[in-house]
Amino acid sequence: MAFYFVKRLGLSALVVGTVLLVLFSLLHMIPGNPAILALGTRATPEAIAEYTARMRLDEPVWVQFVHFVSQALRGDLGADVFSNRPVTAVIGDRIGFSLALILTGMGWAVLLGVPLGCLAAVRPRSWVDRVTGILSVGTIAVPSFLVAIWSLLLFSLQLHWLPAIGAGEPGDLSDQLSHLILPAFAIGLGWVGYLARMVRASMLEVLGEPYIRSARAFGLPPRRIVGGYALRVAILPTITLIGMGFGGLISSAVFAEIIFARPGVGKMIFDAVSDRNFPLVQGGVLVATAFYILVVLVSDLVIAWLDPRVRSSL
Amino acid sequence: MPLSPVADAGARRDRRDRLRRFLSDWQAVVGLALVILFVASAVFAPWIAPYDPNAMDIPARMSGPSWAHLAGTDQLGRDTFSRILHGGRVALLIAAIGVSVSLVVGLILGMIAGFGPRWLDSLLLLVFDGVRSFPSIILALATVALTGPSLTVVLAIVIITSIPGYARVARTATLALRHAEFILAERSLGAGTTRILLHHMMPNVIGPLLILAAMDVPVVVSIEAGLSFLGIGVLPPRSSWGTILNEGYLLIRDAPWMVVAGGIPLILTTLGFTFLGEALRDTFDPRMGRER
Repeated sequence: MAFYFVKRLGLSALVVGTVLLVLFSLLHMIPGNPAILALGTRATPEAIAEYTARMRLDEPVWVQFVHFVSQALRGDLGADVFSNRPVTAVIGDRIGFSLALILTGMGWAVLLGVPLGCLAAVRPRSWVDRVTGILSVGTIAVPSFLVAIWSLLLFSLQLHWLPAIGAGEPGDLSDQLSHLILPAFAIGLGWVGYLARMVRASMLEVLGEPYIRSARAFGLPPRRIVGGYALRVAILPTITLIGMGFGGLISSAVFAEIIFARPGVGKMIFDAVSDRNFPLVQGGVLVATAFYILVVLVSDLVIAWLDPRVRSSL
Repeated sequence: MPLSPVADAGARRDRRDRLRRFLSDWQAVVGLALVILFVASAVFAPWIAPYDPNAMDIPARMSGPSWAHLAGTDQLGRDTFSRILHGGRVALLIAAIGVSVSLVVGLILGMIAGFGPRWLDSLLLLVFDGVRSFPSIILALATVALTGPSLTVVLAIVIITSIPGYARVARTATLALRHAEFILAERSLGAGTTRILLHHMMPNVIGPLLILAAMDVPVVVSIEAGLSFLGIGVLPPRSSWGTILNEGYLLIRDAPWMVVAGGIPLILTTLGFTFLGEALRDTFDPRMGRER
């Protein structure tokens, strides 16, 4: 397990390194002075000189890259071009809104999708199965940003059930929760059907295995067989899927934040792109991808923990 | 090697059976119909559309759906229905170019990874994982921050994010065939690597990729619509489903029909290709398929 962990961690570090390299070269590939790009065209010559010295822009490119990486590793992602606040502080203010949205969105999808998939597998061709089938095909086909726009139109503007924009008053928990419902609904909806479908397929496969037959022969109650023995194995592909799907979930969250004007990291990156605020774009992209890589790593480790067969295969 | 007449007839019967099974699946038929509708409406848009998509009719601006304007008009009095039909052309263009380029590049890279030396395989896998570790929209935002929005950027994003998917499938299929007897036989007859890859591997590898391509179209179309919705894809006045949704979103209180009408073709298209892809998979590659 320790070896697997180290190997997997090394792979993730390599991928993060690649991401850093891509981000670095993005800023250096375009023509023009990187200092002006980073500081904006209104920067004073002194600021440009100071930035050039600080980022070692007059030294060879590889020195710059090493410097960029070591700065990033120490948590220094530069400063906001307009407010001059550290990028990490700006992201720190906003990351809570994004995490709450992503976890709630995935959370309700898992809580609904996994039991639905189990029920559908236990009773194939029943009404639960049929409803799940229709639901999964129907929800997968609708892009999440469209769900966001349409639910904004229906639930906020037409029915006035839920607030339309913002993240709620700071400190007022129930207000914040009511602002969370629609975006979380929008990014999770496609996942309910997707998860139900995956769990159903792998559950059907597992339920045909000999050890399940033995458990049945021993007279264990069906609920215990499905929930205790079969689900433990059937959930494995789903965990991989959730881990890899987080990339899509992050993309959906960016749309949801923009559509519902929620002040998360996604909206921050989007606004920074419009303002050409490059340090903020760079920092936000780095944080978003690092988060994604971390989630994939954790999901792989969880699988290794649940399934000893995987540990040896990597 | 010519097939014997008996085997030939058998193959033909097999093909006919598959076709019949394919057409008896309601998902396949609905999917095919929706895909044909999408392609036809996009190709023939200039002849079907009741109005010029960019013709402004200020007195009729922001009018709701009616017989004159099936999906209403926008803030400049342009006919939303005509704009949707023309927007389908952008979606079709992106889907056709994006999917075919990423399929070909993914096929080549995947076969190289599967057939080449171990270090090249590891290197390519690392690159694929690196690309996939960018959530697509984040990658798009980072790129647009530097280059500015354009149709080319959308295409590039679509292609770059799609390649790893095709490459991984092609790699797995190549790995599985690498030590197959007919490949060994070819090699002992003195065939070069290129010949083995192009003549013997490719026909066996490309099947699953084509199914993947059908399933990939909804993703590609959604990325284009999403980026254009954010204003970092297709730029106005050119109409795309995304720009219609963008303009509709800004007018959502006064002209809600725009976001409703702009979303429907997007759903029908993704639904059509998803149905078609699944039906193709069930017919031609039952191992990949779902339980029935």
